[in-house]
Amino acid sequence: MNRKTSQSLAFWIFRVFGIIVLGILLWIIGFVVYNGIGVISWEFLTTAPTDGMTAGGIMPAIVGTMCLVLGSMIFAFPLGVMSAIYTQEYAGNGFVVKFIRVMTNNLAGIPSIVFGLFGMALFVNTLGFGDSILAGSLTLGILVLPLVIRTTEEALKSVPQSFRSGSLALGATKLQTTRKVVLPMAFPNIITGLILSIGRVSGETAPILFTVAAYFLPKLPNSIFDQVMALPYHLYVIATTGKDIEASRPIAYGTALVLIAIVLIMNILATMLRRHFGKKVKTG
Amino acid sequence: MKKLRKILERVIEAMLTVSGAVTSIAILLIVAFLFREGLGLFKSPTVERGYAVYVNSANPVQSLLPWQLKEIFDFQIENWNELGGPDEEIRVFRFNEIFSLYTDEQLDADNDYALLPERLAEVIAANPAIIAYLPQRYAPVEDESVKTVQTGTITMAQFFLGRKWMPTAKPAAQFGVLPLVLGTLMVSFMAILIALPLGLGVAIYMSELASERVRRLLKPAIELLAGIPSVVYGFFGLVVLVPLVQRTFNLDVGETAFTGSLILAIMALPTIITVAEDAMRNTPRAMREASLAMGATDWQTIYRVVIPYSLSGISAAVVLGIGRAIGETMAVLMVTGNAAVMPHTLFEPVRTIPATIAAELGEAASGSSHYQALFMLGCILFVITLIVSITAEAISKRKHEVGV
Repeated sequence: MNRKTSQSLAFWIFRVFGIIVLGILLWIIGFVVYNGIGVISWEFLTTAPTDGMTAGGIMPAIVGTMCLVLGSMIFAFPLGVMSAIYTQEYAGNGFVVKFIRVMTNNLAGIPSIVFGLFGMALFVNTLGFGDSILAGSLTLGILVLPLVIRTTEEALKSVPQSFRSGSLALGATKLQTTRKVVLPMAFPNIITGLILSIGRVSGETAPILFTVAAYFLPKLPNSIFDQVMALPYHLYVIATTGKDIEASRPIAYGTALVLIAIVLIMNILATMLRRHFGKKVKTG
Repeated sequence: MKKLRKILERVIEAMLTVSGAVTSIAILLIVAFLFREGLGLFKSPTVERGYAVYVNSANPVQSLLPWQLKEIFDFQIENWNELGGPDEEIRVFRFNEIFSLYTDEQLDADNDYALLPERLAEVIAANPAIIAYLPQRYAPVEDESVKTVQTGTITMAQFFLGRKWMPTAKPAAQFGVLPLVLGTLMVSFMAILIALPLGLGVAIYMSELASERVRRLLKPAIELLAGIPSVVYGFFGLVVLVPLVQRTFNLDVGETAFTGSLILAIMALPTIITVAEDAMRNTPRAMREASLAMGATDWQTIYRVVIPYSLSGISAAVVLGIGRAIGETMAVLMVTGNAAVMPHTLFEPVRTIPATIAAELGEAASGSSHYQALFMLGCILFVITLIVSITAEAISKRKHEVGV
């Protein structure tokens, strides 16, 4: 085979691979959207499940997931941002930062079910929160910390060094520089990280299995010590263990669609933000 | 005023420093709690707490191992001579049988079964070949005719080399992780075998061939693929892939290791593509141009220059992909059929480590040996992913030393 033909053959194969991957994505999304779109209605989104979860809506699960997203972000977002500010702006480039980075990478690599085990041992049992929004949110918060830290670090890195030097030269302190110059410029990208984290948290199942998720609980939570239903766990339950799996299939499709929609919207939002402000920083 | 501000600044900086350590603290806590619960397993008795195994004192057998207990009560070991005892057929006695041997009056049922220990002792004394599994609350008094068999605690060897995972077996639960470890490895490596050519191809395509427009289409698509929740993958696998595999390979059930590998391959793709593409893009322009200037084609440049140069990055991609696959829980739980037996082929149900934790922790009573065994599985997972992270880090570090 001459080298020109082997090149075009190889390139064709890679192109086909690219199409395959795109095809897989479209297949999965298409499958969920095609089967789920008919189920989605105002009623589906605003009522509780009935008839052994073969009819009715998924409102408690939506509310539950919102509680968990909110709870985990209240915990993880400030902590993660502060941690990133420390490593990026304060700590220099010594051993400590390297160590912290390795730890953050390791934390990111830990399987989500291990977070579930940990959350159960620490928050549910040792601290005595029981199966509750509090325990679930803290577990999810720790899980998503590396993502918050990493995206914030990237955001801070993208601020040109000259801006910091300029501010410091004018007599501003380090904190003033960080607060008035670096953070405002990095802000859009930090928010992008926040949005991606929300997408991640809303889809996680394994960490909430034993820390908060309720099999069936039509009423809404009153306090942070209540259990809640959650979208991903609800999908797992009605897809595998329901009373009548066939009858609850449409609900499962609808739930999957809502989940995918959340992730899709979050990703699109993040991409748009990144593109919009990415241009601005370059020209500015 | 100025002083106050300075103090405030110090306080905020201190807070920043503390939060800098937050991930390290989190890891420390995870290690502490995982291993505290998990290592408790090796101090737990083999039989359920509050129960014990009794034999006739004439029986020379002093102690029994968990698998021996299980096989005795499953009637697979039927003679004491298999256990170093006399040539006598084993008589298995379960607690409930006492109620058919004696009436309620004989057991003094009204008085909280006060006579139960005595009656149990009579039964055991009467039969030299008996073995009885009884709650210690009604334990017969140990005397010249009744003795307790030492069952010991669960050992590391039993756990790590055991070939049976039967966490609820009575009287002795079997916690052998070998079938789970093999199941996990089988599913994960098969997944990487599928995902690797595809992922590398796409990485090459994206870093070397695709126009900026195509890249801008593919990049978010891959991010989205990474963002889809694992439970949705599991649902997709359950409804689409399971029947597909069943029909294609003409199987009895579609929930097999192979189905799990397929879904894991899809889930590992984004990791492999992103990391490998990054590595290839970092190949210095000068190296490519030198190769092209020598008359090499684009393709020759890719596989003779770009790929060898980025080999460490590609290896890191593989390692991280395996890590992702090994730890994945929900999708695998939903499509692999969850049979905790030693796997033989790809086309039978298997059970992975994460799936086992997810499926069983809900039923395991807090503090029981089953609960501790599941935490020990968590420890294994944790150690595996730690090794994966460190390996990936070490590999990609090597690149910088060689490359520049």
